[in-house]
Parts: sequence; structure tokens; C-alpha cells
Amino acid sequence: MIEAYVPILLFLLVAIGFAIFTLIVSSLIQSSRYNKVKLEPYECGIEPVTDARDRYSVRYYLIAMLFVIFDVETVFMFPWAVIMDELALFGLIEMLVFLFILVLGYVYAWRKGALEWA
Amino acid sequence: MPPGFSASDFYYILPELVLTGGALVVLLLSVVTPRRDGLLLGVSLATVAATLLGVASFAGLDETVSRGLLAIDGFAAFFKVVVLVSAALTLLMSAPYLRVEGLRAGEYYFLILCATLGMMFMASGVDLITLFIGLETMAVSFYVLAGYLKPNPRSNEAAVKYFLLGAFSLGVLLYGMSILYGVTGTTNLAATAAALSGQGPSLVLVLAVVLVGAGMGFKIAAVPFHMWAPDVYEGAPTPVTAFLSVGSKAASFAMLIRIFLEGLPSLGGEWTFLFYLLAIITMTVGNIAALTQSNLKRLLAYSSIAHAGYLLMGVVAGTERGVAAMLVYLGVYLFMQLGAFAVVAAMRRSDVVGDELKDLTGLSRRSPMAAFAMLFFMLSLGGIPPTAGFMGKIWLFGAAIDAGFVWLAVIAVANSAVSLYYYLRVVVFMWINDETAPAASPLVIGPAMTVALVVALFGTVLFGLYPQFLFEHAEAAARTLEGIGAGVALR
Repeated sequence: MIEAYVPILLFLLVAIGFAIFTLIVSSLIQSSRYNKVKLEPYECGIEPVTDARDRYSVRYYLIAMLFVIFDVETVFMFPWAVIMDELALFGLIEMLVFLFILVLGYVYAWRKGALEWA
Repeated sequence: MPPGFSASDFYYILPELVLTGGALVVLLLSVVTPRRDGLLLGVSLATVAATLLGVASFAGLDETVSRGLLAIDGFAAFFKVVVLVSAALTLLMSAPYLRVEGLRAGEYYFLILCATLGMMFMASGVDLITLFIGLETMAVSFYVLAGYLKPNPRSNEAAVKYFLLGAFSLGVLLYGMSILYGVTGTTNLAATAAALSGQGPSLVLVLAVVLVGAGMGFKIAAVPFHMWAPDVYEGAPTPVTAFLSVGSKAASFAMLIRIFLEGLPSLGGEWTFLFYLLAIITMTVGNIAALTQSNLKRLLAYSSIAHAGYLLMGVVAGTERGVAAMLVYLGVYLFMQLGAFAVVAAMRRSDVVGDELKDLTGLSRRSPMAAFAMLFFMLSLGGIPPTAGFMGKIWLFGAAIDAGFVWLAVIAVANSAVSLYYYLRVVVFMWINDETAPAASPLVIGPAMTVALVVALFGTVLFGLYPQFLFEHAEAAARTLEGIGAGVALR
């Protein structure tokens, strides 16, 4: 039983070892010439305009949460679509029930004004 | 349909489906027609009542459905009734409380119903995954409910504490479950029991027992996993506290019994010892800490910790009689504990928080009915005849002695004696005539709260005078549990 996990253990050791190895090697052979642009925080290539420690709207959290919910929904639908043939009508109804409950949540969020940005 | 499932699987979870539907209707109604709190309460109560009817109609069944994920047996039915009755009482006492606090009712009732749904699956689940999903459904609802008093820092603190510690304890529980799965290759409890039968305790299995025991110990607030309870109980809205201390505890005990008695009977020697120690320190620490409390909700929190200790005696006994006694005690505890919290909730006024012991001063004059009810709840919690609490304790302690745990029963009796001090202190406060107290304006108690109080009082008194009804149902429910007595008779 436990022997089945040996490849996973090996994989884990290789992964950790590789990370440590590359870090050590790059720190040995890199040239360290810093300038202002290099030390700036990386924000997807956009130049930072203000300090990163700033207050921002709580609405970001709401949008993020809604995003995660619908993200998970999509992730859930992919495996369902792959075995749609086997699940047949039963699977379709199950998925519709799932979507219906999710839509209820969407209606709730909408009526609550979670989607209004003002 | 996928192999193994059939249309009858949906028939057996019809009560749960009704509850889900009702909860969704409540949520939708709350945004479609805002500020119709009476309507929302009506729909919520009707949903609980319909679910209760469904559960009652399944009471005689003993089936394992949905490919061995759920057991529709007497044991599950008993717990479902306990959970649904406590949900109904919680809804009744919530309505006036929400009005005083100026809170929105829609989401609140929705979350109460969701928590109830999770509890029902915890009572029925005979698979580690089903049990865990039920526990999560319940716990997530409670994390939100604990912080429902948004402007109140204490309520926020309660929510954050409960969430962080709850998430951590669920992690511990899952770790234990994953070890069990690793050893047996199944999450089904019956299959787990079969895979482990005849196998001696190994280090890995003991580790699994300890981890699962710790995770469940957190949920039932057993010492030393109880530190969250007083703060959360104090900060959360009072009806939520009531539901947390009764519904959540009952469902967690159901899950604990399922996992250990049905799933791990061959490790009986190990977990009996573990719960033996937990029971003793839980009841002792709970009772001693309750002695010095000046806040009523904290006092009841420690008292509920102590009661978790008493209830664990039924698990330690591990016999059919032990489980039956536990069920009886939970049925009794439901009424006395919810009743006590209903009185606390009733004392909430727009200008008075009303959860300090001194707020009880002169309650006998302000509201003789509430004071009289509280007297009975306190006597019952302390285990004084002729209340239901006395009958529950007699059975529980008797079951422990019957199973050979005489010293455990002796310690429990000593603990009950200690607990009388603080229960009676509450009573003394209600009958004190304090001249310095502000003029005793009568405490007006609304119709919903009155119904909750009367039902709780009725249960507390009725089961004290006529416990036969409860005994018979608890015994029948305990009999439907699988694998009882197999290997747990280790003394």
C-alpha cells in the first residue's frame, strides 16, 4: 500500500532539490548590478504609481469571491462535459439543478448590489 | 443514472431536499420582497416543520442508500428530530432578537436552515466524505452567523476566532481521516470496520484515532479543545449561541458515534481510553471555570462544555445502553439549554445587552414567567428532580456504571454537585431584591419568544415526569446502530 507512494516521495525530493539547486547556482553565477527600475515591485509590467501599502475598496473582495464561484462552476462543468455520454439525461438534470442553485446565488448577489461599482 | 444510484436514493433524502428548497426560497424572498420578516419566519418554520414530518415518516426505516453514503436509520432519525426541533426553537427566539438588534432576517434564517441541513447529513452519513461535507456545511454557516452583529467588535472577534480555530481543527480531522483512508483504502465506515477487524492497533491507527478524536473534540467543545467556546458563545448573537451549543453539539456527537462506534470498533481499547480522559477533564474544567463567571452567556458556555463531558460518558461506555442514555440526555439537554438561552435572548432590549448575571436582578418581579422558566432550566441543568435533567443524568451515569466505569460515574456525580453552585447562583440573582437597581420595569416578552419558552419549559418538565417516551425512542434508535458491542467491551 505505502510502496505506491514512493514515486511521489521521489518526485517531491527532486522538485525540492531542483529548486534549491537552481537558487544556489543562480546566486553563484549572477551579476548583481541594481538600479531603481530593477528594485521596483513587479506588477505585470506596469509601472507602479503609488505605494503598495494602500487602502483599497472592499468591493474587490466581493468581485473576487463572485469570480471564484463562477470559476469553480466552469471547472466543474468540464469533467461533466467529457463524460456527458455516460451520464445522459440524469447528468443533464443534475447539472441543471446545480446551475439553478448557482443562478439563485447570482440573483441574490445582483439584487444586493454586489455588481454595482460606485 | 450512474451505476449504483437509483431513483429511490432521492426518495430517501426527500426531507433534506425539502429543507434545501425551503432555504433557497427564504433567500430569494429576502431579496425579492425586502423587509417582510414575518413572512420569512413563517416560511422558515414551515420548512422545518415539513422536514420534521418527512423525517418522522422515515422513522421506522433501516436502510443504507446512495451507494453506502447515507444511513436512513432510527439513529439518524433521532438526531434529525433533535436538530430540527432545536432549529425551530432557535428560529422562534431569533425573530424578536433580530428586531431589537435591527438585523436583516433573510440571510439569517437562510444560514440557520443551511446549518440544519449540514447537521442532518452529519446524522445520516456513514461515509467519511459525507460526514465531512455535512460538517463543513454546518460550520461555514456558523462562521457567518457568529459574526452577524456586524458593528459589534465582540461578534467580529467570535466569527474570526471560530473560523480560524474551526479551519485548523477541520484540518486535523481531515488528516486523521486521510490516514484512515490510507490504511484501509476506503472512506465507507462499514468497510473501514471490516478492513480493520482482527487487526491490532498500530502506531498509524492510533495516530488516526487521536487526530480524528481531536478534530471532533473541537466541535463538541471538549477540554482541551474548548478554548474557542466561551469567546464565541459570548460574542455571537444569543440565538446563534443557543443553536451552536445544542444543534452543533448534537450533530457532532452523532458524527463522533458513527465514526468511532461504527467505523473503528476494533480500536475500542484505544479510543475508549482517550474519551475516558477527555470526559473527566472536560466535565471538571467546565464546571470549575463556570463557577467564577459573571457573564451569563460565558457561564452557559462553560456549562455546555461540562455537559459535553457528561455526554462523552455514553461514548466511553460504548454499549447500546450508553448510546441510548446519550440520546436521552441530548433530547433533554435540547430543551433546558435552549430554554436558558431563550431567557437570555428575551432580556435583550434596545438599551440593555442583558447577558450579565447582574442583569437578572429582580427578574422575578419584572417577568415572573421568565424567572419561573429559568428556575426550571437551571434545576434541570444541575440535575435536580423532578426535572428532565435528573432523568437524563440517572441514565447516563447508570450506563457508565453498567459498562464498568464506576469511577467515571463517581467523578461525574461530584461534578454535578459542584455545578449546582453556579446554577443556583443564577436563581439567587433572579430573586434578589436590589434597591439600587433601576426601577423594575416589567419585561415584555413577545408571542414568538413566549412560544419558544413554553415549549422548552414543557419539554424540561414533561421528560422529567414522564421520561418513558424519550427512553423508548432512544433505545430503539441506539439499537439500529451497526457494530455496537463488537470489541468495545474492553474495560
